[in-house]
Amino acid sequence: MPAVAKQKLAELKRGATEDRLEAMTLPEGAGWAGDARGAALARVRDMGLPHPRDEYWKFTRPETLTRAEAPKASLFDGGEPHLFHDRDRLHLVFRDGVLDTSASDALALDGIEIERLSDAMAKDIHWARDVYGVLEANGQHPVQRPLAALNTAYASDGVVIRVTGKPAKPVCLTYLHEDETSDAILHHLIRVEEGAEMTLLETGPAAARFNKVMEVDVADTATFHHVRAQGRDHERRCVTGTFARLGTQSTFKSFTMTVNGVLTRNECVIELTGDDAVAHVAGACVGDGDDFHHDDTVFVTHDAVNCESRQVFKKVLRNGATGVFQGKILVKDGAQKTDGYQISQSLLLDDDSQFLAKPELEIYADDVACSHGSTSGAIDETALFYLRSRGVPEAQATDLMVLAFLAEALQEIEDESIAEEMVERLSGWLERRAA
Amino acid sequence: MLEINNLHVKLEEEDKQILKGVDLTVEAGKVHAIMGPNGSGKSTLSYILSGRDGYEVTDGSISLEGEDVLELEPEERAALGVFLAFQYPVEIPGVGNMTFLRTALNAQRKAKGEDEMSAADFLKLIREKAKDLKIDADMLKRPVNVGFSGGEKKRNEILQMAVLEPKMCILDETDSGLDVDAMKLVADGVNALRSEGRGFLVITHYQRLLDHIVPDVVHIMADGRIVKTGGPELALEVEKNGYADIMAEVA
Ligand SMILES: Nc1ncnc2c1ncn2[C@@H]1O[C@H](COP(=O)(O)OP(=O)(O)OP(=O)(O)O)[C@@H](O)[C@H]1O
Ligand SMILES: [Mg+2]
Repeated sequence: MPAVAKQKLAELKRGATEDRLEAMTLPEGAGWAGDARGAALARVRDMGLPHPRDEYWKFTRPETLTRAEAPKASLFDGGEPHLFHDRDRLHLVFRDGVLDTSASDALALDGIEIERLSDAMAKDIHWARDVYGVLEANGQHPVQRPLAALNTAYASDGVVIRVTGKPAKPVCLTYLHEDETSDAILHHLIRVEEGAEMTLLETGPAAARFNKVMEVDVADTATFHHVRAQGRDHERRCVTGTFARLGTQSTFKSFTMTVNGVLTRNECVIELTGDDAVAHVAGACVGDGDDFHHDDTVFVTHDAVNCESRQVFKKVLRNGATGVFQGKILVKDGAQKTDGYQISQSLLLDDDSQFLAKPELEIYADDVACSHGSTSGAIDETALFYLRSRGVPEAQATDLMVLAFLAEALQEIEDESIAEEMVERLSGWLERRAA
Repeated sequence: MLEINNLHVKLEEEDKQILKGVDLTVEAGKVHAIMGPNGSGKSTLSYILSGRDGYEVTDGSISLEGEDVLELEPEERAALGVFLAFQYPVEIPGVGNMTFLRTALNAQRKAKGEDEMSAADFLKLIREKAKDLKIDADMLKRPVNVGFSGGEKKRNEILQMAVLEPKMCILDETDSGLDVDAMKLVADGVNALRSEGRGFLVITHYQRLLDHIVPDVVHIMADGRIVKTGGPELALEVEKNGYADIMAEVA
């Protein structure tokens, strides 16, 4: 963008940004926490909140995410318990973005230290001091993510986890949405120490408007698994930012399932900083209706030798739904033997739905294998007829093909029983929708 | 049981008439064969029977046991007992063969007001039928027809037929692509299903299949019509002399 235009855009943003900031109050905390928040606030002011003219907001309108008041979102009762409910887990419940200690398990699990963000940030001496907001700040270049900085500045709740061993069960965060106008901000901080391993599950809509940031620092030889299901409240909006840094021989795998929600923007920023690290990020999305908008914006940076990254995103869109994928693989100079893979596909069940994709590769090393592909297609009519000719009703046959289409993304879930639970839920939702 | 009267069919998108007045009756318990030159409309007839999109019936009627078939969706026809073994079975990546068959069977049962078959009973049933057709467990687990050889696909069609037990079985060139042993397996599969209440329409180019599945009636289709009907000897005549004589005779 030319300098003049840049300046003009900055001015345009300033007013809206100040309006939003005025409506918010910085939480209390220790000295270092105040510093971290102040720095984040300065980042927000410097960047300004997103504007439709920003390069990475061309496909997704940011207004309802940036404006001072959260748009109302009616509550939704799916008539079934939240995902992962009958799993052995450390369970934490958030109501409209606030931890409900009485509904949650005690913050104790062998192999991890887990605290509430507000408690950690009230302490003068805490390891979070060196980490809070750091990965988010790193992730602001070259693409700005002002809503994540806003989160760092204002988040008052969340979990802070240090993984030192291999806990026997996952930590599961259930996000309940109970207030039609709630505006929630959560910030989670996770440090997986050398050789340690954990699984984090997330489920639920969280709020009418939800801004979540998760910073995940995966040390050498450590492993982090993440599986989430974003809530099905039709009118909910959310923007999430996942910032991960991977050490040598570490593994990071994240899978997201999104069904419903009027607006979802999931940003994922991954930096492979140690050799032989592996990062997989995947998403399966099912959208229905012309007010459905789902956006995956992913940035993977290879800055070490012999690392593998995979991005697998699948979206099923119908009745005018919109899906967006902006995915980038950046291979820095010296990141030889990089194996980078990116696929984004949409299954458009009608002509009114649309998929907007911006796949990008930027490579500064010469010995790498990177591939990316993006496709948009309708349902295979011949296959549909074949299924129907065997007696499978059209809606059910479509569901079978939808599940088949999403399978490649769902296969990215490492734990088979979790993958099965996801598939089962998904088929149930599809089936009831058709009924 | 199957009655086709004066069936006229054209392509939906083009002004091309493909079936130009087909009359055909298949009685319960009988096997009818249809032979005929390439492009004469045999597969089209099979698609019209099973309800495929892309065609327009401009005249005529089809009924199965008195029910008007043309009014029904493909899945409703299936529940009524229509089954087409495709000339080109379709590959469906991501949909497991077993899941597919179980879904199909239970959907048909549901449509008929019957209880669904349990997973265990289904497994038992499919193992038994698969064994007869020498289809191994691995093939059952794979996605529908994906990576199957030509002959394996055809055997898979017969497996579906054996599991679904339709009333009206239409086989479109199920013999093509089969080796001699597989042809025998398929024919045995078909013969095992032959019964009082079931009709067969077997489309083929070769007498060889009809050695194993002996037809009661043989029809010759040419240019969108049944031009000649006879007994098994008609197939032998085609095998020996081609269609030239028959065409000359009916012209
Ligand atoms: N969807 C279509 N679009 C264009 N032409 C079609 C279509 N379906 C059928 N036809 C034409 O209709 C005619 C009959 O085709 P059909 O497949 O029924 O023949 P067939 O008797 O089964 O031939 P074969 O013995 O080669 O299998 C052919 O000329 C074919 O090209
Ligand atoms: Mg044919």
